Amino acid sequence: MSSDVALQLLTPDGTLVRNDRTSEYLPLIEALDETRLGDFYRQMAVIRRFDIEAGNLQRQGQLALWIPSIGQEAAQVGSGYAAMPQDHIFPAYREHVVGRIRGLDPMRIIEMLRGLSHGGWVPSETGNFHLYTLVIGSQSLHATGYAMGIALDRLTGTASGAVDSGKDPAVLVYFGDGASSQGDVSEAYTFAASYQTPQVFFLQNNQWAISVPVERQSRTPLYLRGEGFGIPSVQIDGNDVLASYAATSAALTAARTGHGPRLIEALTYRMGAHTSSDDPTKYRENEQVEYWAARDPIARYETYLRSLGVGDDFFAEVATEADDLAADVRARTLTLQDPPSTKVFAHVYSDPHPLIEAQAAWLAAYEQSLDESDDAELDEQAVGA
Amino acid sequence: MIEQLTMAKAINLGLQKALADDPRVLLMGEDIGTLGGVFRVTEGLKAEFGENRVIDTPLAESAIIGTAIGLAMRGYRPVCEIQFDGFIYPGFDQITSQLAKLTYRHEGALQFPVVIRVPYGGHIGAVEHHQESPEAYFAHTPGLRVVSPATPQDGYWMIQQAIAGNDPVMFFEPKSRYWQKGDVDREGPAGEFQASRVVRTGTDVTLVGHGAMVAALLQAADIAADEGTSAEVIDLRSLSPIDYGPILASVQKTGRIVVAQEAPGSVSVGSEIAATVAERAFYSLEAPVLRVSGFDTPFPPAKLEGVYLPDADRILEAVDRALAY
Repeated sequence: MSSDVALQLLTPDGTLVRNDRTSEYLPLIEALDETRLGDFYRQMAVIRRFDIEAGNLQRQGQLALWIPSIGQEAAQVGSGYAAMPQDHIFPAYREHVVGRIRGLDPMRIIEMLRGLSHGGWVPSETGNFHLYTLVIGSQSLHATGYAMGIALDRLTGTASGAVDSGKDPAVLVYFGDGASSQGDVSEAYTFAASYQTPQVFFLQNNQWAISVPVERQSRTPLYLRGEGFGIPSVQIDGNDVLASYAATSAALTAARTGHGPRLIEALTYRMGAHTSSDDPTKYRENEQVEYWAARDPIARYETYLRSLGVGDDFFAEVATEADDLAADVRARTLTLQDPPSTKVFAHVYSDPHPLIEAQAAWLAAYEQSLDESDDAELDEQAVGA
Repeated sequence: MIEQLTMAKAINLGLQKALADDPRVLLMGEDIGTLGGVFRVTEGLKAEFGENRVIDTPLAESAIIGTAIGLAMRGYRPVCEIQFDGFIYPGFDQITSQLAKLTYRHEGALQFPVVIRVPYGGHIGAVEHHQESPEAYFAHTPGLRVVSPATPQDGYWMIQQAIAGNDPVMFFEPKSRYWQKGDVDREGPAGEFQASRVVRTGTDVTLVGHGAMVAALLQAADIAADEGTSAEVIDLRSLSPIDYGPILASVQKTGRIVVAQEAPGSVSVGSEIAATVAERAFYSLEAPVLRVSGFDTPFPPAKLEGVYLPDADRILEAVDRALAY
């Protein structure tokens, strides 16, 4: 699980790593101001609290499913902050904090997992954070197509506004170790390499695809797969928020400036279940969980911030913010209403479609007939009384 | 002005017009650029519009569709070519689970104007996986539109209508009709995109089909006329949605209907039409709705395609059965 080749800027005990390899990346960290360094912690801590609350809501029957991200906060927060506002992000389904960084109201995720929507958020309103995709790995192709489109904008002259490769959008796509076995991911690597797309593949290797260990997915480290496709690839310590930020920033810059796609394999660990529907004690040993608990992404980063002089006030303030968000999410979840039955038919097509219209009209008439028969029954009861 | 064109040329001209009219239109697929496609439907288009508008892709159908989805998100209108009917299945998930559902998943905020061209059907004597009729899989999938032109005129206009629409369209091209010439009027008018159409009027029996089968139905109607039976022939043109208006009106007149297709009959487009006619024209029917189709077997080796594929004789056998009631 540990790797000698993984880029690490912050050791598990919270010390900055200074050596020949990190010297390339450390300037990216040194360029961050105090606020952004604080944001890294804030987002990690707040999303963990949110995650716990959502898990509780699921246990209490308020959600059909919960997908926990505990343990993967550093991989997600670092890479999420590396993206520029114009970039497009294609998540898998566990990147709650990346959505939050981009402006997605976490309630949209709650609504989806309560069964009120299939996502339904609009990327242009959520910082170009696209919908979750549950068919494992399929979003890798959508991301690649989107990145092909960015490249074609320049080549075909359909770009709006002046072309400035430093400010052009790039694409960041998330997937996992399980997805890396999907044909779609290999096809995405192929297309990305062929068309030299401006995109970064961000592979969170959390060691487990539900109950199957990564050793069953691959005999070779997953970042080496990228090299085989002609995509420069790097393995990082995914529980190190600074490594995640710096490696993703560098990769996005390369992609954005015409150097083609990049792959990052972030070694991390899913501390909880795959989803609320499984029981990880059935397939993995406590020893492994403890190993990773000692490498917790938030604890190590707190140590680092404290070494910079960040004090108790800051951490207390973040804890309050996290509790407030959790309370707000709980309160709002309890007021959620089921969607109207007309939502079944809404937006199956963009242009008019006679079959859908006929079925919607039938359902409306059917529901009305039920209402009327209910009324009739009530009337009979009233007469009987 | 009426021109005599093959369907392959008519679709080629339709694609050319779409590329010229809208810079967001892209063609993508295997061998469609320099080669012009294995059926030459995209011949000359790369030379005219360049490799960034007519894109030769790596050999991966799932990625052709999956990246077309991403391109549509970026504002493009991709037209994908699947080289042969039997090669569409590696792209099936991206078509049915992704493309078909993404507007629904986005609650209408994003549109996915992706057209997937599929040369399909038999009668060309080709090897396995090159003569199939998989249209029912897609007609069964909510979120997709499925059409199939039977004539060069429809080939020219319907491909442009498919590209101009805002929904994903499966565009099934009957490859045995690629090289037959027919009248094309490029000045229009275009027919309604997803309307079925009476292509021969008659009074005794209604014959319904799509794609290459329309020619077989017309041939059967000619023979039937010699035998004193007046057959009305309807070209479905659209398989999802199906325009039942002309079909039901015809059955009300003839009382008999035979539905023909190359695809296997079980759980097929023909089954759906049979069920709907039985539901909606029950009192007009003088005979059961009859189906003529490929058998429920894999497409056989090419030397047996004449046994497998419905022809005028098998259609007429069904007509005789319908008239016997």
